[in-house]
Formats: sequence, C-alpha cells, structure tokens
Amino acid sequence: MENNSQYLHPQYETMSREEISKLQAERLQATVKHCMNVPFYQQKFKEMGITPDDIKTVDDVRKLPFTTKQDLRESYPFGMAAVPLRDCVRLHSSSGTTGNPTVILHTKRDLDEWANQVARNLWMVGLRPDDVFQNSSGYGMFTGGLGFQYGAEKLGMLTVPAAAGNSLRQIKFIKDFGTTAIHAVPSYVTRLYEVMQEQGVDPRRDTKLKMLAIGAEPHSEEQRKRIEEMLGVKAYNSFGMSEMCGPGVGFECQEQNGLHFWEDYYIVEIVDPETLQPVPDGEIGELVLTTLCREAMPLLRYRTRDLTRVLGRSCPCGRNHIRLDRMRGRSDDMMVLRGVNIFPIQIEKILMNFKELGNNYLITLTTDNDNDNMTVEVELAEMFTDDYARLQQLNKDITRALKDEILLTPRVKLVPRGTLPVSEGKAVRVVDKRKVYQ
Amino acid sequence: MTIHQLSVFIENKAGRLVKVLNVLKQAGIQIIASTVSDTVEYGLYRIICDKPSQAYRLLREQGISVTMNDVFALQIDNTPGQAAKVFEAFGSADVNISYMYSFLLKDKGIIVFRTGDTDKAREVISLNKMHFISEENLSEL
Repeated sequence: MENNSQYLHPQYETMSREEISKLQAERLQATVKHCMNVPFYQQKFKEMGITPDDIKTVDDVRKLPFTTKQDLRESYPFGMAAVPLRDCVRLHSSSGTTGNPTVILHTKRDLDEWANQVARNLWMVGLRPDDVFQNSSGYGMFTGGLGFQYGAEKLGMLTVPAAAGNSLRQIKFIKDFGTTAIHAVPSYVTRLYEVMQEQGVDPRRDTKLKMLAIGAEPHSEEQRKRIEEMLGVKAYNSFGMSEMCGPGVGFECQEQNGLHFWEDYYIVEIVDPETLQPVPDGEIGELVLTTLCREAMPLLRYRTRDLTRVLGRSCPCGRNHIRLDRMRGRSDDMMVLRGVNIFPIQIEKILMNFKELGNNYLITLTTDNDNDNMTVEVELAEMFTDDYARLQQLNKDITRALKDEILLTPRVKLVPRGTLPVSEGKAVRVVDKRKVYQ
Repeated sequence: MTIHQLSVFIENKAGRLVKVLNVLKQAGIQIIASTVSDTVEYGLYRIICDKPSQAYRLLREQGISVTMNDVFALQIDNTPGQAAKVFEAFGSADVNISYMYSFLLKDKGIIVFRTGDTDKAREVISLNKMHFISEENLSEL
C-alpha cells in the first residue's frame, strides 16, 4: 500500500505527549528487566538497592544508574551484552586510542529498528522511494556509512554507497545516477562544492540534488546556511552516536528548528554535568540517553558528553517528540574534526614519544575557507640542531605520527621553549576558534 | 680548525630577537657576526661571538632554545673571485655546504660555513692551504 502521508510511522511520530509517556514507561520497564541479563547493571542495581519493580513511570528513570563511556571500555569487548553472542549479527567499535575500544553489539532486530529510525528521518525531510540517495560518508566501523545505507534502503531509495573521498567520482555519480540526496559531514559537502566549481559543474543546473543530510561534525547555523546557498538545497542536521546505534537518533524536520529525538526509542534527559541533576527546559546541559528498544546492548542513562538544550515538545510538523538544539559543545575535552572524534590525550601520547619535544603543546582548531583544520604547536625540549633540514624532518615525522593516530593531517608548528601559554593550574591544551557552537 | 657558533631557535614574532640580544648585552658579550634565516614560522638566529661558551650557558639559563656547534671560518682577501675560488675547491672535492654566510672584518673577508662532510672539508682546507680561523685566534682578530 502506498504511503501518501508525510509520516513514515504516523502511529509513533504523531503521538501525543501522554501517549509518548505511556509507551516510554512500558518500554523502560522492559528495558530495565532486560538489563538484569548484564552483570554490570545487576551489580549497579544491587549497590543502589533497586529492582526492576521500582521502575513504573518515565520519571523513575532518575532512580537508575548512569552509564559512561569508561564503563563500556571496562566491559570490553562483550561485557555489556544482554543477549548471547550467537544472537548478535553486527558489532561496531570505536577507536581504542584512549584505552580499550568500545564495542556496540546489534541483533538482527536492533539493525532493523536502527534502519527504521534513519528511514523515518529521511522520509520526514521529504525523501521517497523514487529518490536516489548517495551516502558520501565513511563506511566500515563509522556508523554513518552502514547506518544510512540500511535506512535509505529501508525507505526504498536507490542507495549509492559512494563512501567518502574521490570527489571527481562523487560528482560523476551525482550527475550520472541523478542523485537527489546526499549524506556527508559538512566539511566534505564544502569540499564537493569546491570541486564542482573547479569542474564547471553548477549544482542547480547540472544535478537533481534536492536535499542534504549533514552531521557527525559540529557546525553552526551559519555554516549550514552557507552550505544550503552553495548547493541550492536544504541541509538537515542529523544526530547519532554509535552507543545508541548510530545516525537516526535525532534529526531535523522541515521546520529546521531543532532536532526531533525519537522518544519511542530513547528517553532524553538534559542534566547538569557536575551535579547530574536535571536542568530546566531551555538551559544547556549534558544529553543523557536511555535506550528503549535495544536488544543486544541496552544502555541506561548513557552520558553522551554532548551539551544541548530542550527547545520544545511540540512542532508545527505535527510531531511531539522532544526537540533539542544543535549540539553546543562537549562536557569533556573531546574534539570533533571532520567527523573524527579526537581526544587531546591522543595527541599528547604521540608528542611525548619524541625526545626532541618538551611537555607543552597547544591544539588550535580553526575554520579556513570552510574547512576545519587543526594546528598543533609544540615546544622543543632542547635545541638539538642548527640545521633546518633536521628541524623540517622532525616536523614531518611528528605530522606523520599524528596522522597515523588521528587519521587527519594536522599542521605542526615547532616553537621555542617557554612560548606557549600555561594557564594557572591546568594547562590550556585546546583552543577551538571554529564558530561551531553558536 | 673550527669556531663555535650559537644557533638560537626563535619564533617568527616581533620582539623575539631583542630578548636574545639583551642577554648578551648584559654580560658584555661582543657579537662578531650574526645572521637570521627564516621560514614562515620560525627562525634560526646564528651567532659568532667572543665568548661563545658563556653566551651559551647564559642563554640556556634564560630558557632560550640554543645549541652550540662548530663551523668553519675561512679568511679570504677582499677582492673579487675569492669566494668562488674557495667553493670551487669544496665543490670539486664533493663537499656539500649546508649553509654559509660571510662578513668583513678589518678589510678581510670571513666566510662561515657548515658541512656534513667535516673530515673532507678539513682535507680540502689543508690541501689548498686556506687561511682558517680557529677559536683561539678568533678573539685576536
């Protein structure tokens, strides 16, 4: 039966707040019971003196323990599984550079529900089965690849797993396949546009593009508008994280006024990152998510470390699912650059391997010509040469080692001892000059 | 056969040179020759002075990134073609020069240079009876 509705899942998308609460309470109870299969949660419940019977309403979520990325690392690889491994069909893993990696497991149903969320989002912004969807996001462990692939296929679109890079080929695909929608990180969209210009391709005249999904990288409203002007299409903000599944968790509707987070799949809390108490609507706090439909790895009150605020719980689009502002920062020191998550400690580890270098370094993030860049300034320990070639070689070696670690090529700048600012107490390691968190 | 040279690593920013010069000034150290070569981001300030070891110690104490190493200094007549003659000799002996600079001292030309082939350079200097300056006679000049 053909769906002529503006909603892919009208029974869920148009629920009233009361209906959402009722469904969430039921699903939360089931999730908490399911968590009893995970030794980590069993132990936590015991310590806190709670049983699944204590959870009756949505607000009871506050009785539950928080889960952190560190908890996931400590349970590496399969300690958080709530089902036998034989019931799992997929795993995604984050990089393990700051300790153990994290592993996220999926059952067949988890993958299906994940695809449903992505499909719902893409339908919401107007995509239909006769659209051609080009996913120019990294594949592999990065969930933006397979996540959008399965979601776009679920919706019924012809889906092109173009992956990231090779801009000339991307543009050829866009033209030859009649691509109508692209998913990519915002900085890559900008890159594509540059190459289009070089090739004399006018996106308005020479392509059938009508929409972009951008995410996985913080970007400002100004950046979004610029991207929309470049390509002459709407660009919708996508939120996801591998711990929840991947992309699909939250997405902007056509109003472009905040991201709808799907409350049939998650309980959304915004808390003060210090006190962990809820903050009032409109105030910025840390996003905390509880999964409601996950089989393989249910997570209770997962601290995302992303900072945002509640914009509202109704919308002219007819969806009453909570609307959150674009991410406004992090409550830890993680940096997101061109879709890659980087912790300063990763940089530090590499720098400290070079005996020529001192202990002081400064990471500066900038946006130059719409591209996000990282500059790493580092002090020399002792002057060890009077030879430029040696200094330049050192510079190259550091750049190479950093690239191997963070998968991006930073600009490395050697500076004399004592020239980097050391603030009172804790040293300032990261200066973010990008205008992304506005 | 060589003299000490200080190389200071400095940021390519206003005021950086003065800091180094003030340290030397306060200790009464006389600069005989100096040169700054730069890249976009940093510079190497190379100094020949009358008390290199003391200067090295003082600069280090001030937290300045400095290294001291040995460079060749040749004295040549202040007439056209002298430098060409010198470097022709090194060139035909296949001695590669990393960097060089020159200055005038009491009507004599001084060429300072550094090479990776120190031994070969010594040979060329002896063989061609070039007039070299060593640390001992530097202050006498």
